[in-house]
Amino acid sequence: MSMCKSLAVVVSFGLVLSAAVAAEQPGLGKPVTEADLALWDISVGPDGAGLPPGSGTPAQGAAIFAQKCELCHGPEGKGGRNAALNSTTERTVANYVPTATTIFDYTRRAMPWQQPKSLTNDEVYALTAYIFALNKIIGENEVMNAETLPKVKMPNRDGFVSKYPEKH
Amino acid sequence: MNIRKRRNATARSLQPVAGNGLLDRRALLGQGIIFASAVSTGVSGSLTGAAAEPLPVDPWSLAIGTTIPPYGQPAKYEKHVVRTLTNPNNEPRTSNARTPHHLLNGTITPNGLHFVVSRTGFPDIDPDKHRLVIHGLVKQPLVFTLETLARYPMESRICFVECGGNSAPLFSKDPIQANVQAIHGLVSCAQWTGVKLSTLLDETGIDARAKWFLAEGADAPSMNRSIPLAKALDDAMIALYQNGERLNPSQGYPMRLLLPGYEGNMNVKWLHRIKLIEAPVMAINETMQYTMRVAEPKAWQFYFPQEVKSFITHPSPGLTLKGTGFYEISGLAYSGNSRIAKVMVSADGGKSYAPAALDAPVLSKSLTRFRIPWRWDGQPAILQSRAWDEAGNVQPTRAELLAVRGEPKTNPPVTAFPMGHMNAITSWAIDPKGEAKNVYV
Repeated sequence: MSMCKSLAVVVSFGLVLSAAVAAEQPGLGKPVTEADLALWDISVGPDGAGLPPGSGTPAQGAAIFAQKCELCHGPEGKGGRNAALNSTTERTVANYVPTATTIFDYTRRAMPWQQPKSLTNDEVYALTAYIFALNKIIGENEVMNAETLPKVKMPNRDGFVSKYPEKH
Repeated sequence: MNIRKRRNATARSLQPVAGNGLLDRRALLGQGIIFASAVSTGVSGSLTGAAAEPLPVDPWSLAIGTTIPPYGQPAKYEKHVVRTLTNPNNEPRTSNARTPHHLLNGTITPNGLHFVVSRTGFPDIDPDKHRLVIHGLVKQPLVFTLETLARYPMESRICFVECGGNSAPLFSKDPIQANVQAIHGLVSCAQWTGVKLSTLLDETGIDARAKWFLAEGADAPSMNRSIPLAKALDDAMIALYQNGERLNPSQGYPMRLLLPGYEGNMNVKWLHRIKLIEAPVMAINETMQYTMRVAEPKAWQFYFPQEVKSFITHPSPGLTLKGTGFYEISGLAYSGNSRIAKVMVSADGGKSYAPAALDAPVLSKSLTRFRIPWRWDGQPAILQSRAWDEAGNVQPTRAELLAVRGEPKTNPPVTAFPMGHMNAITSWAIDPKGEAKNVYV
């Protein structure tokens, strides 16, 4: 009986404490809605979550590539003063990257190098389609959009093993 | 201890404890600097060399000094103590700036010498307009200003940050002749002060589905990485200060993510967004860069901790020994898992080892300075250090590491990154001229 009483005391004391701790939190963050973050939340998951509307084809991408990408990546992405996008010797798209959305995501957030985030979503889909077609991952006439892109099967999709949580 | 006993202790401690002249790590500690005559080499008496000459009064003792500046700079004679840059003109490629460990001592890296790996230089962020957002699988998304974050409870901790590609030049077919800055210059250590990420997550709340979080910078390429939520709840910090002052611009001013012990690239600089997610986003820096092709068929991905490592900074290539006699061998040891437990040093290429002294305090996930006295007899020697951490890991030999990673078949440029997370033993061969060279043993 006395044990039950002291347990009750401990429990109620614990509740008081946690309420006090909650009240002590600074609480200086300002609530924000996901709608307010639309321009910032550009991350795309491998399942396609976060992909925007829009679409593009390899042919459309080729024209954009010649204008905005070739200077660094070389004709047909074979490499220039920066990384190759279509190579059998360097780590690149067909022989290394396991997920299709990665190419879209990185192009959208970081390219072209000197004007990142200046491409429209249609242009990013078109460039992604062109790079995949160069690497013979999709056909010359396939359209990339939020539906088709996550379904692209990357040749090296099973090429990795995660060291986490074994190494943490 | 009476004088006779103390002299005996000194004599004992100056006996070599391992091959090629390694002395007891306790030698000289509180013992004065007189070599007992018992030292067998027959080199006489004092460690300080030839008798001094009469000393003149120097001109700087005869004139007033220079005005103290608002922000102090190193002495003008130290202008060579700088980082080496791979991209000094900020061309459209990654820039690497390497710490000159052979010209520093202690464990804290001065802010201007902290290593940098950056895709597009550093952004010019107005601290009043910078925002940190935490959203995704939280109960209440929140946005923080620098001013509000600075009102939260903070903590300071000393820890190293190391690029996953540090020491990559050791993964070449033949030993690359380069100095410690070129080989090991992508690790640095600072005291970081900021707000624990878990403190902020207490306020946003965490949806039970969240297992990872995405961290993203406000730099031009919006550099992003996926990180296990467990790290956020353990020791992740939103760092605002570096060695007491606000972050250096190239370290993420006004705020960076600090993940003690984890691969440098994950310590996202210019941090502006944290999104709680269920699974990794497979960003470019976790599917192409910062993955490793190894001996087994599948490449390694999501290899986070920087494993136990050490290297000798003094002597090292470029720091030529000036004559035989006494030297202190010293270097840096660290582990992304825990504190350093011990460092063993060899002067004969690993045939015999002696324990080095560790400078206090020895801190978890921090650079630890080790030291051991050495009497060089002018003959060829091979200096090595090997570290153990308190989590039970031991720094691998080169052969042990290559058995898992595969044999390097080429000699890439010294600035290339043919392998990540290289933590094998480094060997410096000392030739009779006193010059140090990178060798494989």
